[in-house]
Amino acid sequence: MGVAVAQVSPPTGSRVHYLNESYGIKSWLFTTDHKRISLLYLGSITVMFFIGGFAALLMRLNLLEPAGAIVQPETYNKLFTMHGIIMVWFFLIPSIPATLGNFLVPMMIGARDLAFPRLNLLSWYIYLVGAGFTLYALISGGVDSGWTFYTPLSSIYLTTHVLSAATGIFITGFSSILTGLNFIVTIHKMRAPGLTWFRLPLFIWSMYATSVIFVLATPVLAITLLLVGLERVLHVGIFDPAIGGDPVLFQHLFWFYSHPAVYIMILPGMGVISELVTAFARKRAFGYKAIAYSSMAIALLSFLVWGHHMFVSGQSVYAGVVFSALSFAVAIPSAIKVFNWTATLYKGSISYQAPMLYALGFIGLFTMGGLTGLFLASLAVDVHVHDTYFVIAHFHYIMVGGAVMAYLGGIHFWWPKMTGRMYPDLWARFAAFVIFIGFNLTFFPQYILGYLGMPRRYAMYPPEFQALNVLSTAGASILGIGYLIPFVYLIWSIRYGPEASPNPWKAKGLEWEHSPSPPPKDNFEDVPVVTEEAYAYAASEPARV
Amino acid sequence: MGALHLALVLWQSGFPLRPEAASTSAGQVDALYFVLTGITLFFTIGIFLTVFYFMLKYRRRSDDYIPPPTQKSNLIEVAWIVIPSLICIFVFAWATRLYFRNAEPPEGSTEIFVVGKQWMWHLQHAGGQREINSLHVPVNVPVKLVMTSQDVIHDFFVPAFRVKMDVLPGRYTSEWFIANKPGTYHLFCAQYCGTLHSNMTGWIYVLEPAQYAQWLRDNAIGESITQIGGRLFTAFSCATCHSADGSGAGPSLQGVFGSPVSLAGGSTRVMDEDFIHQAIVNPNSLQLPNYRPIMPSFQGQLNEEQILQLVAYIKSLANAEPTSAER
Amino acid sequence: MSDIAPASGALVGASDLPSTAADLHHQFEEIEQQRDAGNMGMWVFLATEVLFFGGLFTTYTVYRSLYFAGFEVGSHLLERPFGAAMTFILLGSSFTMALSIHAIRMGRRKLLCALLLLTIILGAIFLGIKFTEYAEKWHEHLVPGLNFHPTVDQLRGAPGDAVDLFLCFYFFMTGLHALHMIVGIGLLSVMAIRAWNRSLSQANYQQLEVSGLYWHFVDIIWIFLFPLLYLIGGPR
Repeated sequence: MGVAVAQVSPPTGSRVHYLNESYGIKSWLFTTDHKRISLLYLGSITVMFFIGGFAALLMRLNLLEPAGAIVQPETYNKLFTMHGIIMVWFFLIPSIPATLGNFLVPMMIGARDLAFPRLNLLSWYIYLVGAGFTLYALISGGVDSGWTFYTPLSSIYLTTHVLSAATGIFITGFSSILTGLNFIVTIHKMRAPGLTWFRLPLFIWSMYATSVIFVLATPVLAITLLLVGLERVLHVGIFDPAIGGDPVLFQHLFWFYSHPAVYIMILPGMGVISELVTAFARKRAFGYKAIAYSSMAIALLSFLVWGHHMFVSGQSVYAGVVFSALSFAVAIPSAIKVFNWTATLYKGSISYQAPMLYALGFIGLFTMGGLTGLFLASLAVDVHVHDTYFVIAHFHYIMVGGAVMAYLGGIHFWWPKMTGRMYPDLWARFAAFVIFIGFNLTFFPQYILGYLGMPRRYAMYPPEFQALNVLSTAGASILGIGYLIPFVYLIWSIRYGPEASPNPWKAKGLEWEHSPSPPPKDNFEDVPVVTEEAYAYAASEPARV
Repeated sequence: MGALHLALVLWQSGFPLRPEAASTSAGQVDALYFVLTGITLFFTIGIFLTVFYFMLKYRRRSDDYIPPPTQKSNLIEVAWIVIPSLICIFVFAWATRLYFRNAEPPEGSTEIFVVGKQWMWHLQHAGGQREINSLHVPVNVPVKLVMTSQDVIHDFFVPAFRVKMDVLPGRYTSEWFIANKPGTYHLFCAQYCGTLHSNMTGWIYVLEPAQYAQWLRDNAIGESITQIGGRLFTAFSCATCHSADGSGAGPSLQGVFGSPVSLAGGSTRVMDEDFIHQAIVNPNSLQLPNYRPIMPSFQGQLNEEQILQLVAYIKSLANAEPTSAER
Repeated sequence: MSDIAPASGALVGASDLPSTAADLHHQFEEIEQQRDAGNMGMWVFLATEVLFFGGLFTTYTVYRSLYFAGFEVGSHLLERPFGAAMTFILLGSSFTMALSIHAIRMGRRKLLCALLLLTIILGAIFLGIKFTEYAEKWHEHLVPGLNFHPTVDQLRGAPGDAVDLFLCFYFFMTGLHALHMIVGIGLLSVMAIRAWNRSLSQANYQQLEVSGLYWHFVDIIWIFLFPLLYLIGGPR
């Protein structure tokens, strides 16, 4: 991806910008420009996305038949493990923060770069090393622990490449931590004059909340993986009950990180949606402060609900009650956001280019995914649906119907800014529809499958579940095609797409109004001074704060 | 063509949305589930429709048009915080109440002992009858499963009863149900446990009382589980130290199951199934005042099923009077 | 933290550091902003370290409450005098570290270098004692996973598994700490070299402050480790 962009010929007029100010592979591999680094990430995570997606395709093909259509259970177990590991740690967690976040955080706040540009480049290299270890595990025979690595299965019983996969994830965690650290310091210390906290774009608020989680939660994953590795190598009894260890302790440590991690995966998407809805309705966000505070509330509450993954783990019923109550609480800020986005559309001037279609899809699908979370927070219902396809449907509605659609919406929205080119909007809208249809056909049947009792991580299943599985696989094929379409036209547009104006959407924001497309290396000609609220579309916006 | 076939299959099966309801709690869980479904559909469809409506009514007509400034409304903000919160509190209260009602088995439940291992289920009835990957139970009788794993974490899931509980190594967990509809129902392992996790399935057979009694007779092995446990107690020389009158090197176990036990170091534990399991596999971790820590570990010599049989035996001693003043 | 004017007249002549300002990196507007950002970055990093060690401390706490007897016996297998010595040495090194910041504020290069060297030496002595302890444990066959064959006397009736687990935590927690110490010594060595060749100055010593923060943090971790590992239960 990076190499292709480096060979783009300068546009007519030969304006110098960050893509053409220097050429050659070294100028990319040793860059400290946050914009180039975001493209380096874009390429890497796209590769990982298609690897993880391919694993999913094989899984769904296998599930066409009750006895397993194409692979043995050993292989199926490795497929779902790699799908989970790659999609969670190598695609979703870095996706918006490392691509759009890296590109936009300095631009949206009027800075020339992040606080620590070299650390930013180091983050990318750490990501690559981690990905390398994980791909090594894949190529050398695979891992079959599930992305959740429950003990003592992962620490004692499995003979597959658990250690290399865990090492890969451990290393990549530092990439997240450093990115989060960079964003926190940048947002605190490098805002342009006049840019007070409550004038920040909501995308920045959500990146800030995400970074807080990055920085506080990821280290716990690191130590947990180290402990699993220690047990595997030295056979000491940390999680092995045969020598005094407690396997449920692993679950507490793992989910203490992994629950906040899912908010790492959705908060940036929510930030993108705030930007898309305001830009394409040409209106200020309805409840700016409510959305901003909700982001922080979600980040805080996310640390308090991990036990809802463990209602049937043997933990005390009283712990279950506390975690259930808090899990209901964390749903409220998300609901607030959905209502506020919808209200922002009221009396707006709405256009339906592809980014907006993705945003609208997000609002509906995230609502359904989020509300099915209430089923899981309800103790009595969770007993029945835990570890079934209901859970799988729930989190895919949020991660794919939500986060991935927000990611695609954001990529399409900021594409002209990042590349200086426009993509063909008709193809983009078509792809958005295909993805929406394919997605729902894939995952809606899984809610029903789950309540009917089909457990997750099953390579084979009773015949009465076949019809719904076939429906789901049909949907997955459509979804896969849907993802290929943007891959093709976006790459095409880099060379053949029409040149983009500085602000093709006529959106508000420093990145649109104070910088050409693509921006120069230092983002702005001179430091912008901010005097108005975010999304101050209407001429007579009342002054606030 | 495939699509038509699919549609036909779904039609013929009656578009099932839930598994059979075969336990007393199934209907209660389903009711909550359907209310939650209603709430979900209401808000999802509501949001979708509102968004569609706004999209049409406020579609962009002119590229230069700037809409009027957004009016903010604290009332609306508060309304849509309070109303969802009330809904959440309502659902939480209902779900929690249901959960607590189903948490403790009724007194006198029939106990069945379950050992999960990669990749099969071993079950044993109080009367000694053994089953592999199947469980025969009588209708309308409370049944409590006492479960442990021989290796990794498994999970005993019966969708028709709406019950599920992880099965852990080194510990006992339990779940209970009252099956109220004769029939045959799926049993699934619902915690990923390795290569043949998806094969670790079985069947629950709910029988009328007469049939169940017949099944018990047909599958009797000549001794009850407590008798097997008693045999093991002697065969592994437990009786040598744990003599009934307390004169051995270890404490008598007559009538002590379920009582609190003071440990060296001051803490107190209840002698339950977990305590006995720990005492058998890791005795040095439970040291008693007044007794030397010389009990050997039986880990590796006794498998989980045998330990359960010993547990059953020691439980049966609970009815006996303690014969020494030591405890 | 703005430039501090040279101290009273008596020390003016003692300053032999030029007052070259730090290079302003292109993403910052003012040197003040750069300094603030650097400091905040280190504090955020230390927060991640707190969570990292915190996960480990939590796991330790769970097992200590489950197996107190075994942990007590394990703790008594450690040498309290060594632990106490290491604690004082590390506290001393934090003191010399803090003094070195004072030295550079006064522009006293040679004093600065001496203090940094002393800090490094104290850190090295700490590590020396630690590795001596490790070697001793190896000879006593008390290294879990690699060489663990405790005698009955050593166990003193406690379950072998619990003592094994304690020692596992001992090696892992102090080992992780030692790793951080080694990084810290590396960092301070770079600082010492920069102090010697005048890259650090009265007007430009933020790297030193940030290194000092890291060093103090590693010290604080030890302050927690020492009682948790060495001081369980009463006297032997």
